Parts: sequence; C-alpha cells; structure tokens
Amino acid sequence: MTKITSLADLRKIKADVETKMSLRERSETPESMVQIRVAMATCGIASGAKIVMDYLITEMEKRNIPAVVTQTGCMGYCYAEPTIEVTRPGHQPLVFGYVDSKKADLIIEKYIKNGELLDGIIPVNYENIEGK
Amino acid sequence: MKDLALHILDILQNSVTAGATLIKLQIDEIPDNDEYQVKFTDNGKGIDAEMVKHITDPFFTTRSTRKVGLGLSLLKQNAERTGGSIRVHSQPGIGTEVVAGFGYSHIDRLPIGDIAGVLALTVSSCPEIEFKYTHHTPQGTFVFDTAEIKDTLCDLAISNPMVIAFMKDLIRDNLKEIKAS
Repeated sequence: MTKITSLADLRKIKADVETKMSLRERSETPESMVQIRVAMATCGIASGAKIVMDYLITEMEKRNIPAVVTQTGCMGYCYAEPTIEVTRPGHQPLVFGYVDSKKADLIIEKYIKNGELLDGIIPVNYENIEGK
Repeated sequence: MKDLALHILDILQNSVTAGATLIKLQIDEIPDNDEYQVKFTDNGKGIDAEMVKHITDPFFTTRSTRKVGLGLSLLKQNAERTGGSIRVHSQPGIGTEVVAGFGYSHIDRLPIGDIAGVLALTVSSCPEIEFKYTHHTPQGTFVFDTAEIKDTLCDLAISNPMVIAFMKDLIRDNLKEIKAS
C-alpha cells in the first residue's frame, strides 16, 4: 500500500523547518522580506494567476530569497492579468502585468535580485476616468 | 474557468473579502443520484436579499474597482450546463452560503482540477482565517481542517513553503484514497 501523507508528517516537517530557520535569520519581519501579491479575482484566475503564484512560491524558496507571496483581489487591471505587485524592502511597490512563469522568472532574476526595471510595469499614477 | 478548483479559488475569495473568520467548503459526490454538489459557507458580513437577487448578474458587483462581477455568473453557467443550478442564501451580519449543484455524469461537468493547490494557496494567504474542507465520495470522507494544522504548527507560519507543499500532498493523497473526481 502506498503511504498517505498525514498530520504525523507535518510534525517531521516542522522540526526540519525549524532547524533550517535557525540557520537563516529567524527574526525576519515581513517588512524586511520581498512581498509579492498576486491579483486573484475572477479575471486573474481565468488568466492563469494560480500557476504564477505556485511558480513564485516554489522558485523563491528554491532560489533562497526570503519572500511573502500572498493573494489579493482585483486591482482594476483586468486587461493585463495576471498581474502581480512586488515590493522590495525599502522600495515602492511595483505592479507588473501579463505575468506568466517566464515573465515571473525574469522578474525574480532582474527586478527582485538586482532592482533592474523590466517591460510590463503598470505605472501607479495611472488613473481611470472614474478615479478622477 | 478550466476546472472546478479554479471556480473554488474564485468563490473562496468572496468569503475572504467579506471578512469571514471561518470558511467551510463541502463537496459531495453522489453518483447514485447523479449529483455533484459544492457548498461554500462563511461567517462573513453577508449581503441583503435585494443583492442576492442580482448576485449572478454579470454586471452586478459590490466592488468599486470595476463594473463587472463574473465569479458567480461563471459558476452558475457551468452548473446549468450540466443540468444543475446554484443557490445563494445570505444574511447580513451572519454569513453566506453558496451551493452549486452539477450533474455527476454530465459530459460538461468540469474536472475537479488542482483542488489541493488551490486550497494550499488560499489557506497560506489568509493565515488568520480558518478553513474546513470536507469531501464525501461513496468511497469515504476526507476532512481538512486548518485549525488542526495550526495546532500542530504552533508558532510556525502556515505560509511556509514547506508547509504549503505538505498541505498539497496531504489533500492530494487523501482525495486519491477516496477516489475524488
């Protein structure tokens, strides 16, 4: 019979993570980490936001960049979904549009690691007619 | 939406936005009655009777960032395509219940998709909300409760990538065991 994952496995994982964490800085506050918010309303989900979020979580862990990846609602950029908002510690948040796994990889390598800007940034000062 | 899991991801967001602290998801597979039912229950702020009437209107939404609200409309369309329907009950201040019924054997019933991934992502994004997911099939019942997970984790964050991976495995393995479809 194949083994089924159970809560007992979680205890093992917990012990593993705790030893790993003491190697990294344990007292990392969310403000000192890269924060990524993936827009996940109907528009985002239909355009593949889930795949992008899965990718970001695994890749940030793999590349050893401490980050908080969370979901957010629709930011009003339905035309450019999937969109993500990236906040590097001490910097203004930036919104990227049309993000797929390939683009997400570029964002991690260029923007998150080195602060280089990329195509596809949605300017924050953009206002629609109703916002005036 | 390509599968049920994406619909679930979408509808769960409604409960999160409504400020719920406890969100329940229940899937019942009853092939003998040709029924496949997905039920969402939350204790969020709820909506009034007038809004319930308009809830599946694609041009109705409570948000102000845009003028369309397609989440429940798309779910309704997919349910109706399989001979099913959706029902919404809500009471302001108490919570909302959404029930989507599908025809179990209908060719247009969407596959469940990556429900494990969807739940793991939602749960880890909302550490302050408790989720309870129950899945019944003729082969058995699986219950996933974040309260249990958090008890085991103590002070370790549920958003830890290793915990996310664990939750995915946990849900995936157990659903396979009860032959969820």
